[in-house]
Amino acid sequence: MTTLTKPAPAPAPPGPGKSARARVWRGMSLPYLLLLPAVVLELLIHLVPMLVGIGMSFLKLTQFYIRNWAEAPVAGLDNYRFVLDFNAAAGRALMSSFWVTVQYTVASVALAWLLGTAGAVLMQREFRGRGGLRTLFLVPYALPMYAAVITWAFMFQRDTGMVNSILGDTLGLVGTGGDAPFWLIGDNSFWSLVIVSVWRNWPFAFLIIMAGLQNIPRDLYEAAAIDGAGWWRQFRSVTQPMLRPVNQVLFLVLFLWTFNDFNTPYVLFGESAPKEASLISIHIYQSSFKTWNFGLGSAMSVLLLLFLLLVTAVYLAVTSRRRTVV
Amino acid sequence: MRFGKLASALALTLVAVTAAACGGGDDDANAPKKLVYWASNQGTSLDHDKEVLQPQLDAFEKQTGIEVQLEVIGWPDLLNRILAATTSGAGPDVLNIGNTWSASLQATGALLPFDDATLERIGGKGRFLGPSLAATGAEGQPPAAVPLYGQAYGLYYNKKLFKEAGIERPPATWEELIETGKKLTKDGQWGLTLQAGQVTENAHYASILGAQHGAEFFAADGKPQLASDQAVAALQQYVDLMQKHKIVNPSNAEYTDTAKSLKDVADGKAAMFMNQAAAGSFELAGMNMDDLGVAPIPLPANPPAGHRKVTSFVAGINLAVFENSKNREGALEFVKFLTSTPAQVELNKTYGSLPVVNDAYSDPAFQGADVKVFQDTLSNTAEPMPQVPQESQFETLVGTAMKEMFADVAAGKPVDPASIKSKLVQADEQLAAGS
Repeated sequence: MTTLTKPAPAPAPPGPGKSARARVWRGMSLPYLLLLPAVVLELLIHLVPMLVGIGMSFLKLTQFYIRNWAEAPVAGLDNYRFVLDFNAAAGRALMSSFWVTVQYTVASVALAWLLGTAGAVLMQREFRGRGGLRTLFLVPYALPMYAAVITWAFMFQRDTGMVNSILGDTLGLVGTGGDAPFWLIGDNSFWSLVIVSVWRNWPFAFLIIMAGLQNIPRDLYEAAAIDGAGWWRQFRSVTQPMLRPVNQVLFLVLFLWTFNDFNTPYVLFGESAPKEASLISIHIYQSSFKTWNFGLGSAMSVLLLLFLLLVTAVYLAVTSRRRTVV
Repeated sequence: MRFGKLASALALTLVAVTAAACGGGDDDANAPKKLVYWASNQGTSLDHDKEVLQPQLDAFEKQTGIEVQLEVIGWPDLLNRILAATTSGAGPDVLNIGNTWSASLQATGALLPFDDATLERIGGKGRFLGPSLAATGAEGQPPAAVPLYGQAYGLYYNKKLFKEAGIERPPATWEELIETGKKLTKDGQWGLTLQAGQVTENAHYASILGAQHGAEFFAADGKPQLASDQAVAALQQYVDLMQKHKIVNPSNAEYTDTAKSLKDVADGKAAMFMNQAAAGSFELAGMNMDDLGVAPIPLPANPPAGHRKVTSFVAGINLAVFENSKNREGALEFVKFLTSTPAQVELNKTYGSLPVVNDAYSDPAFQGADVKVFQDTLSNTAEPMPQVPQESQFETLVGTAMKEMFADVAAGKPVDPASIKSKLVQADEQLAAGS
């Protein structure tokens, strides 16, 4: 901070009676003042609603009280007890939704990362049409969410959808007519959701890994090649270790996005997703907006927040320790 | 820039931003000569609704000098918007609500109660159709709204397909419905189409068929009792249309909106469809209107003990006044205007719905055979959905359970009384614990 040691060039001479100390204070406070609007807005837009949500989770906030929250009876931990009672229907439903979400997140993040890495590595070398292909790959990420997912919903329809038409009528891989598989209900609905999610998210992984690859010095590969390392060995021993910091952030971001995903299932299945693909965000929405029990919905949201905070904290602790050790 | 100037600029920005964030109330709109009206989507599009309603609003302004600011809100958003308005207290003056939400919204206290004096102010209770007025809130309390558009369910059928199969008249009993459906199910054509993936529609059929079996989903004290044997029998009867009798295409399990079923009937892929009056939508789906017939939804030939003669629920749209309205007098004047005979004739004629005031039925527009079927149903064999605060939860839970049952049938998993009962017990448990 140069302003601390050097007096700032003042456009006008300092007024009488102003000490050097005050000038230093001003210099120090300016950054905070500049930050103030952002901090206030951040508090207003993010933190305050979050705190209100936590407060709501301790209230019996049903339709009888939404008009005047002050009258809502305090529920204490009742809402939490209710959603965590795994012997009762609501608790079982939340648990099953939680497991579906975990499986969905693992499958979606892993596949998106795999495709993103494969795409980025294969496109690392210069060739004709590389720019065009890169642009093409980014299209799913650039498309408006609703338009993209609703198109998938049409394609997945059993009788008139393109998926069954190609897999069944053209390739003969699945049954046709009365034997055609369902994609939007039943067991397959989980995989439909994963497919759409991967399709939407892999370009992001591709973009980030591509940027990461460009920062790996070429001479590392040259040195490895001189030592006799083949393509696979170079990928494992040069590319992957060098990409580790990028991957660490990428995994975390993809995990948080996917775990909280609301739009994909909502647009794909409508307001009520099949139980095989009932993600926790949809479940919370159903529990609060469709059944008008905002206290219960908030309790579930707080539990979700705690879970995500815990996972993030553990992840960051583990990855930063490994970084220190390395 | 000097420090002092910078600081004051920052402070000003903050004040402006905070004021903008905390504002949002449209005080101007609530001035005595203005009203804000939230209309539901009744026409073919939100723009169509604006076209239909604007002449009425102009006539109202001419008559009273009150300008009405119209916003048409689609069904997926309407309830959430109303809940948000209820929570914040900043909402419209007058609004449309689905009539099944009446008791739920009544419990919030956000809607102006129409006590006898208020009803008198808009022309009196006697003007309204009895069943429609019964679907405006919990029994024993002043209505939370008044009826605006009436609707009832009927059995639409494709006359051409009937003729080709040598069937002369629509089915009169549930047994005939199945028999007719079987005759019409062949080569890519199905006897009946259902919106089996649509939560709300499923709940409506639970209610209609439940009444035919004598089920009461809520006890007199308002306690839920979803898992009665009668309810199980009603749901089994409905699911069996696809599972046992195979007159419904299993693909219907993923039908989440009306459009697909309308199209199936219009394209001759399905011969029958139970739905609310929807002539306009059929026409848009490409139906040859000469081939479209409608009959009441059939009752069982040998009804079980305790049954009620119900072939529809009292469907329709209600009109409510927001309790926080700063222009209550103007709002009531507007309610009186929209429920007046001329406005009722004009609007219901355009939308293909049924007037909710008795006087309007003398108009020639409501003398056709099809309209008479719906009118007769609404007046004589329609029962309101349960008028309890948890009605919305009831529809969600039971409708979703039925959607899952159809998904099971489509996947070849059997749906029997035990599995239906277990799903209803779960729904009952959630409803009781959450309330």
